[in-house]
Amino acid sequence: MTVQPETVQPAAAARPSDELLVVKDLKKYFPIRKGFFGRMVGQVRAVDGVSFSICRGETLGLVGESGCGKTTTARLIMRGYEPTAGEILFNDPNLGWVNIPTLDKKRMKQVRRNIQMIFQDPYSSLNPRMTLLQIVGEPLLVHGVAKGSELRDRVAELLRVVGLRPEYMVRYPHAFSGGQRQRIGIARALALHPQLVVCDEPVSALDVSIQAQILNLLQDLQEQFHLTYLFVAHDLSVVEHISDRVAVMYVGKLVEVGETEQVFHQPLHPYTEALLGAVPKPHPRYRGKQIILKGEVASPANPPSGCYFHPRCPYAVERCRVETPPLREVQPGRLVSCHRAEELQLQGVAV
Amino acid sequence: MAYGQYRVIDGSVQTRDMAHATRSTSPDLLLEVRDLKTYFFLDEGTVRAVDGVSFEVFRGRTLGIVGESGCGKSVTAQSILRIVPRPGKIVGGEIIYYRRRRRDGSTLTEQIDLTKLDPTGEEIRSIRGNEIAYIFQEPMASLSPVHTIGHQICEVIMLHQKVNKREARARAIDMLARVGLPQPEQVIDRYPHQLSGGMRQRAVIAIALSCRPSLLIADEPTTALDVTTEAQILALMRELQRDFGMAIMIITHNLGVIAEMADDVVVMYLGKEVEQAPVEELFDNPRHPYTRALLRSIPKLGRKSRTRLEAIEGMVPDPFSVPAGCAFHTRCRYYTPGICDAPPYLQVGPKHWARCSRAMELDK
Repeated sequence: MTVQPETVQPAAAARPSDELLVVKDLKKYFPIRKGFFGRMVGQVRAVDGVSFSICRGETLGLVGESGCGKTTTARLIMRGYEPTAGEILFNDPNLGWVNIPTLDKKRMKQVRRNIQMIFQDPYSSLNPRMTLLQIVGEPLLVHGVAKGSELRDRVAELLRVVGLRPEYMVRYPHAFSGGQRQRIGIARALALHPQLVVCDEPVSALDVSIQAQILNLLQDLQEQFHLTYLFVAHDLSVVEHISDRVAVMYVGKLVEVGETEQVFHQPLHPYTEALLGAVPKPHPRYRGKQIILKGEVASPANPPSGCYFHPRCPYAVERCRVETPPLREVQPGRLVSCHRAEELQLQGVAV
Repeated sequence: MAYGQYRVIDGSVQTRDMAHATRSTSPDLLLEVRDLKTYFFLDEGTVRAVDGVSFEVFRGRTLGIVGESGCGKSVTAQSILRIVPRPGKIVGGEIIYYRRRRRDGSTLTEQIDLTKLDPTGEEIRSIRGNEIAYIFQEPMASLSPVHTIGHQICEVIMLHQKVNKREARARAIDMLARVGLPQPEQVIDRYPHQLSGGMRQRAVIAIALSCRPSLLIADEPTTALDVTTEAQILALMRELQRDFGMAIMIITHNLGVIAEMADDVVVMYLGKEVEQAPVEELFDNPRHPYTRALLRSIPKLGRKSRTRLEAIEGMVPDPFSVPAGCAFHTRCRYYTPGICDAPPYLQVGPKHWARCSRAMELDK
């Protein structure tokens, strides 16, 4: 392949423990307004004190159910929203460590080259009135990287990298299937050779036989371009497949972080256990072994007292109703927010 | 006779229809779909959405229909209820509904061919929503936003059963309690937007089951739901099936849901059934390359991550240009020119059929 990351950092790529993104106590509250004057009557705590870090070259999976704040977290990192509080530190290859929410317009544009996003719905994320050349070439034009025939060459190369034919460049998105559209979205995200790619549910809108193709493509591209992924998804089997580490979210907070295998095989938080247990088993032999969680996801506008999970938790004790458990490190690299993490013997996924 | 209708037993060729004739004596047979063809006549050409599908649904059992988008699974269900949207039309085949009637202490079974009924006529309307109920994928889209939940349940009850308003309301509250909605006396006067996704799907199930149907068709009932809610809804459906004894036809693209719910499975690809078998048999011994590929391509919990998935190459062909011969041959790793031109629907085991010329040669 002739496409090479512009800012090749062989030293950094060789040190996978290097941190690329550090999120510290990130909060995003959305106001609930009511009445003629738009009086604020409450707040939706979409993201409520989230901290994690991603190392260069790794994939961090962010899982949780709808409304848990995982997409809001992704958008905060993209600076689609301004956070209510907290820091998002990014190790830019040219600027060094920067705090994304405080950057001015000029610097933000420089940083944006290095953080790109792949969207969930390939039908609404591509402009139907632009050709593939315009869609994939736009980031290159905006950042003054290429134009004219050079731009065409670059776009052709990018299309080839994601498994599309360069001749498709003159066509419009409507001519493509969902899987192909997602490839177009990936080509656009990779056009500027980003360091970090935020993937927001990149396969959940695709057909089952296409999901595997896109997952394989994402893995190949990661290897080829030394990409770092923040992989937001609700499908646990997809997250297990692609992630090195996993962060589990519930009602705006992280409840568990750790290596994928550890989290999936020996969960420490009851919510992780329930989430894993609720996934339909892949064979009729294990029928009826699902864990059925009672109740519904708590509202982030009016969360319960103490541990947010306690009304649904089968292991809840009096302390859980009163005291909010902090996210604490119980083993090296293993964080959990549960008072009873040490005493509980929770069931993971059977191998 | 279409090429796909033959099966081979002990070297002698037998049509699947002949097999049906011998099997349809079972008293538990509820619905029999024979060589159903539903086409859509569009300006761009004819889409053979369902192109010769046959299967049976038995009383109290669950049939799973699995396939990707565009394979015709939803149109099959719509054909049964005669709600195929225009310009779709049923152009061939039969859908025999075995209706049980109690008269003078004895039970009579009458056979009704649903394809022969007037889609707006009296008879299908007495079946639709009453004896055969339907749950749609997106609960918000199938509920009216301007009517209360109670109004929508009472409408069904009063349409099909001779009861007054008060009695209908009492039954509605009863039904809402049955599907596990908390405080049904209050929920009944709520509007759909006041309920969460899981509660809405429970309300939709309550509407569907309010007339105690003998068949419940559930079209992707959990696709729009979160995984913990999905587990709740699937458990609820199993429980209600146990209590009410209805048959369920569950349509999904999720093989996990099939593994949890189905007794028998039909796998569809581009308007044809490519394989059907009892659920354990299908998962243990899939005989069609498409079924095998589907089972292999999906990441499964508990498997070692970071390995490459065995993806199915290519994409589902566009419905206007379905490949000639075996429709799957463009993506099939076992494709052999000359052999795969007209795959027969082979019986490969007890109650197990696969539409593949090489079904018996595939290694385990």
